[in-house]
Amino acid sequence: MAASSRSQVLRLYRALLREGQRFSSYGYRTYAIRRIKDAFRENKNITDSEKIEELLNKAKANLQVIQRQVC
Amino acid sequence: MLLWRRLAALRGERAPRRFRAGGPRPGPRPGPGPGSGSGSGSGSGSGRTIDGGGAPRPLYMDVQATTPLDPRVLDSMLPYLTAYYGNPHSRTHAYGWESEAAMEKARRQVADLIGADSREIIFTSGATESNNMAIKGVARFYKSRKKHIITTQTEHKCVLDSCRSLETEGFRITYLPVKKNGLIDLKELEAAFQPDTSLVSVMTVNNEIGVKQPIHDIGEICRAHKVFFHTDAAQAIGKIPMDVNNMKIDLMSISGHKIYGPKGVGALYVRRRPRVRLEPLQSGGGQERGLRSGTVPTPLAVGLGAACDVAQQEMEYDHKRISQLAERLVTKIMSEVPDVVMNGDQKHRYPGCINLSFAYVEGESLLMALKDVALSSGSACTSASLEPSYVLRAIGTDEDLAHSSIRFGIGRFTTEEEVDYTVQKCIQHVKRLREMSPLWEMVQDGIDLKSIKWTQH
Repeated sequence: MAASSRSQVLRLYRALLREGQRFSSYGYRTYAIRRIKDAFRENKNITDSEKIEELLNKAKANLQVIQRQVC
Repeated sequence: MLLWRRLAALRGERAPRRFRAGGPRPGPRPGPGPGSGSGSGSGSGSGRTIDGGGAPRPLYMDVQATTPLDPRVLDSMLPYLTAYYGNPHSRTHAYGWESEAAMEKARRQVADLIGADSREIIFTSGATESNNMAIKGVARFYKSRKKHIITTQTEHKCVLDSCRSLETEGFRITYLPVKKNGLIDLKELEAAFQPDTSLVSVMTVNNEIGVKQPIHDIGEICRAHKVFFHTDAAQAIGKIPMDVNNMKIDLMSISGHKIYGPKGVGALYVRRRPRVRLEPLQSGGGQERGLRSGTVPTPLAVGLGAACDVAQQEMEYDHKRISQLAERLVTKIMSEVPDVVMNGDQKHRYPGCINLSFAYVEGESLLMALKDVALSSGSACTSASLEPSYVLRAIGTDEDLAHSSIRFGIGRFTTEEEVDYTVQKCIQHVKRLREMSPLWEMVQDGIDLKSIKWTQH
């Protein structure tokens, strides 16, 4: 994985966790944190750049969902 | 601790908004698995979620009744409540077209989840309407030649009631009994077929005891007899893999709010090849291929589609986790409390629905004692009555055990802490209630309760 991609992934990971933490409902908040961590850990060994790109796009879309839905 | 929290909540604005308010970082949580067996419950205060209005609310363990909306689902619905408000059946302008496109996308998402063609999905108001449509629709369409329907005793009320109303129209209904484990006997099903049987209706996952009927085998049998097969899959869809072609299902009822989607929407799958014909219940503008007139509520349909899409992506993850939590709940309760019976088959079941009978404890009093956990003794529809559930009676549960049953529901948003708290409270109150029970005392003294002759005055 290219270095820029690595920092990009980590940045996205942190942003997702930070935003997920803002859910006021206990169930949503704990689920978001758990799901984000599990998804990143599950996919940490993926080397196929196309697959990484796909997962990054999914994560970005999900980040936007969380940003819109936390209040 | 609990008292302190109640007082804090009473003070209004000062009430902590967050459950276990511990700053932005999640606190240490007990690791999964039975390792932390003795330390059930991470503090007595962890049983309360405090959302919105500041009033403490019980934690939610009744996901068979309904589920919270997934934020991803709400996110997909919102634009169709505000910006894109067109009638999806309007063909003359862009407002209609964009709504129609969203509706058709949702239809495809529902179809994909069950391996169907999107043209086979009819949007309805929920699984009750789908069940009514399927049963009454098929029965009435073929009534000139076929007057017999087969169903089971453990179906949902809306299926049984639809059948009852068909009986008054002159149809004959066979209500198949179930075995002790809640599953139907396939031989009895074979024997129940008559030359004029038009429909078999068997639910996939039971809403009260969580047993999973052998849908695949039932589908094969029905296809061999050339009888249509309807299944109420409201509790199964999105939680266990379902494929209408593989399982030979001709009609399938789907509900939105059981799969983290919105309330007030559902779907009916109606097979096109070989074609299943229905008589519509509703007359009107001929929407949904004339089977269900009435404007399709675009935001709700979009929500159902998104819920199906999320469910498909998350099925494996959710199932693994829910099985883990269920295992945790059952083993902890069973190891601490004697005389607990799990209702329904042990193997052929959906793990997220656990029905336990606590002998010598009255179920309603246990529910009252567990007031900071939202639980139910059976289906929500019948939870107002004190009668023991007809499902438990059908599986041959003794009257006293049927009265002492509680259903635990575990879903996508259930946490380990919630399970542990429920377990801890449950054990505590079962023990306490048994201490007070004269029956329990007699059992401890070695008296067989069945041998007692209760005199009637």
